Amino acid sequence: MSTNAQTVTVEAPVEAPGRRRRKPPLSEGARAERRLGWWLCAPAVIVMLAVTAYPVIYAVWLSLERYNLELPNQVKFIGFANYGAVLTSPYWWEALWVTALITAVSVAITLALGMLLALVMYRTLFGRGTVRTASLVPYGIVTVAAAYGWYYAWTPTQGYLSALFNENAPLTSQFKGIAVIILAEIWKTTPFMGLLLLAGLSLVPEDLQKAAKVDGASGWQRFWRITVPLMKPAILVALLFRTLDSFRIFDNIFILTHGNNGTQSVSILAWDNLFNALNLGIGAAISILIFISVAIIAVIFIKGFGTAAPGTDTERR
Amino acid sequence: MAAISTTPRQKLGWGAANVFVIALALIPVLWMISLSFKTPTAITASSCSKQSGFFQCFFPAQWTWGNYSQILKTATFVRPLLNSIGIGLIATFISVALASMAAYAIARLRFPGKQVLIGMALLIAMFPIIALVTPMFTIERALGLFNTWPGLIIPYVAFGLPLGIYTLSAFFREIPWELEKAAKVDGATPFQAFVRVIAPLAAPGMVTTAILVFLASWNEFLLAISLTSTISARTAPASLAYLSGSSQFTVPTGPIAAAAVVITIPIIIFVLFFQRRIVAGLTSGAVKG
Repeated sequence: MSTNAQTVTVEAPVEAPGRRRRKPPLSEGARAERRLGWWLCAPAVIVMLAVTAYPVIYAVWLSLERYNLELPNQVKFIGFANYGAVLTSPYWWEALWVTALITAVSVAITLALGMLLALVMYRTLFGRGTVRTASLVPYGIVTVAAAYGWYYAWTPTQGYLSALFNENAPLTSQFKGIAVIILAEIWKTTPFMGLLLLAGLSLVPEDLQKAAKVDGASGWQRFWRITVPLMKPAILVALLFRTLDSFRIFDNIFILTHGNNGTQSVSILAWDNLFNALNLGIGAAISILIFISVAIIAVIFIKGFGTAAPGTDTERR
Repeated sequence: MAAISTTPRQKLGWGAANVFVIALALIPVLWMISLSFKTPTAITASSCSKQSGFFQCFFPAQWTWGNYSQILKTATFVRPLLNSIGIGLIATFISVALASMAAYAIARLRFPGKQVLIGMALLIAMFPIIALVTPMFTIERALGLFNTWPGLIIPYVAFGLPLGIYTLSAFFREIPWELEKAAKVDGATPFQAFVRVIAPLAAPGMVTTAILVFLASWNEFLLAISLTSTISARTAPASLAYLSGSSQFTVPTGPIAAAAVVITIPIIIFVLFFQRRIVAGLTSGAVKG
């Protein structure tokens, strides 16, 4: 573990970034505390590094090789040729575009519906427990199981949604297929968003709402001028997690369309290259590109919107 | 709680909103349950068209347990179900144990590198799992872990850890730590204070974390289909995809729906039973700033 991180304790808030603690010589007790801290963290750190850091480094190496499982004798270092092949392929750009579309639309709608759900759960005087209970059902359900439910619901002549909307095989068209995938995503993830926002909502002081009401602010004004600004940190954290989660979308597409008819996400594309084309080199290159995309999204959120990373947030209490 | 003057009309409005939310949440689940009780002929009978009635389409004309008895007789589903339970429980146990040690250190001890650890957990929570599939597939084949329980348990532990560390350190901060000091004054070492005094107080938080980690590994699909090849390690969600290919001459819709219900219903009951804990756990890391 690196040693350059400053020692920040839970009790002492960090007032200014420039604040330095002059290091007194460590007492025996403090040294023991340090050692215990490292020992307690070590197993978790080792497991996390072994499962993520090492494979990612290995994936970088794989992505620089020509490595096709069908031609095991022709493994060869080829530099950035795999990246060139991926980045000049229309499949990659279509998958990236589809993924971005699914992410943007589903996250935006989930945020709006999640806010409504949070308000419903918050404002309702009776049946509040019932609503929360019901909304936990989509959260708890296995994504793949729910995806099969949607798949059969849209099967022509067999599914209720197909009959209700008079849709003939929407999953075989690109646009409608993506719409169904987004619908399944929204249904599954809105409760989680709603619960996070509900927790943020209960941090908004009731007195402030009452005062604004006395001053003649309408419900709409109160929502936009008081509730939303005060909930901003909670909203941004929820958005960050939802966006990254949505960008990784795999399960729903795998079941609903298998990525056919131009509904492939980047994760599906990488999986296909690995398990159908058996091309480890290309698969690894796509994986690394997805990793970079996710990092870019996280940086945009944290630097651009000032989303507080949850860990640092709690640390500052 | 939210007692900003509610008129009867508003009450009715919120009530209607409630009913709407509940219906949206439950109808897709009811559909799956009803599908699992339909006979193969009823499923293929084209009972759902614009002309047919909604109820005729949605509910089975005659109910059958056939789909359930079929899947519960085949190893294609039963073995993966057992794998799911075993892998989920072991991964949950290990990651809650490791995460509580780390979370205790984060919440209580002063040591350099704490911020690095928190940052690392956050990075892993955001990690795109697909980026692991290619290298893990190769590494696990080389190590002989491919298509084994440990082959799935190890990554599930690693991805359970960030969740566990966040949730548990939030819970651990709420514990009355004076008791720990008292134990130390009485001559306990920090380790004894952890095991004897704090661990029992931390138990509720650990149960919550265990539930969240178990749900995550029960739900996991991408690694489950990528790192297994036979029913010896395949988990239940991954097995659904293989039920579809198993019967050539009848539609596999009924068995798949039944299998989906079997892996879903226990989890739903579980979630509803522990709902307070789950809500507390889900929101502890993210919002309490």
